[in-house]
Amino acid sequence: MTASDTSVASWKDDIFNVLKAGDIRQVTYVPDAGHAHVIQAAHADANMKAVVLTTEEEGVAINTGAWLGGERSVLLMQSSGVGNCVNMFSLLHSCRIPFLTLITMRGEYAEFNPWQTSMSKATEACLQMMGFRVLRVTDPAEVEDVVSAALDSAFEAGEQVAVLISQRLIGRKKWNKD
Amino acid sequence: MSRPTSPSINRREFVAELVKSSPEAMFVAGLGSSTYDLFAAGDRPNNFYLWGAMGGAAGIGLGLALAQPSKSIVVLTGDGEQLMGLGTLATIGAQLPKNLTIVVLDNGHFGETGMQRSHTSLGTDLIALAKACSITNSHPISDIKAISQISDCINTTTQTSLFQVFVKAQEVPRALPIRDGVHIKNRFREVLGLDPL
Repeated sequence: MTASDTSVASWKDDIFNVLKAGDIRQVTYVPDAGHAHVIQAAHADANMKAVVLTTEEEGVAINTGAWLGGERSVLLMQSSGVGNCVNMFSLLHSCRIPFLTLITMRGEYAEFNPWQTSMSKATEACLQMMGFRVLRVTDPAEVEDVVSAALDSAFEAGEQVAVLISQRLIGRKKWNKD
Repeated sequence: MSRPTSPSINRREFVAELVKSSPEAMFVAGLGSSTYDLFAAGDRPNNFYLWGAMGGAAGIGLGLALAQPSKSIVVLTGDGEQLMGLGTLATIGAQLPKNLTIVVLDNGHFGETGMQRSHTSLGTDLIALAKACSITNSHPISDIKAISQISDCINTTTQTSLFQVFVKAQEVPRALPIRDGVHIKNRFREVLGLDPL
């Protein structure tokens, strides 16, 4: 694999287009290089509010408020952020809030930083323990369909859905010294 | 702003007056005494009572305010609940929705768990924090007569506001609202003309 995590890739356009077509109005995020394109596009879109967070659990609360006010939203984060959200996820279950999150995986494939690996191993189990349906994409050709299916499960069936974007898909983070 | 040595405001009386003076606003109440205070002021479908999600009240208010710019949104919470979500003040400061007012009922203690002192009575200045997060219209309130200053902000929705209301650290009778989150959600959304799934 030669792609780096900040490369332009059509699957990143696919994600934004699915969110747009799915009437997502609020995009809450803690940045990740893999999400950078969608974050930039959300900021540029007059019909979306892009909300930068100080910690991922704020996004769970904000997105709940968005639904209370009749708007669809998405939380973008990396896998380490899932651990920051666990108690706040109970809000989604208690109030049965339709909820979509897209999670870029770190610590699982060609990872350079050992401090990322323990949360990476716990990410999927944490989400499942908190009642989420968890989907994963590794093949760029599947991204559009899987994110679209996740969006429907969230906002049509009222589920809490997480899409894990494999680190293999995102590409290697460059650690070279300039 | 140093806190008054013996605050005079009774939280129940204050919240009852606040709700009365802001009849159109949608309220989100934080976990603990704030939820009880809001219910004690009279149950209404435009009250969203939190029974958990500590630290989340202001975030819920932000998402709601962004989704419903023509409605006035009030977050009513306690010092402990807001302290758990301090970062959210920075997140709100980056958005500054004009229709969001945060009212922190500050007794300087964790009232629900045995009245342990909280950071706001140990040196933390919430108003300074809010201002540093660019919520410039942030004010301490020590007198119940100042309630019109708060309701003016709620009813005119001209800027994001935060009020730190110094209330007595007193035990008040429990007033427990419904706990079914799905029901609370659906009736709240219905006020906004939104159907269940």
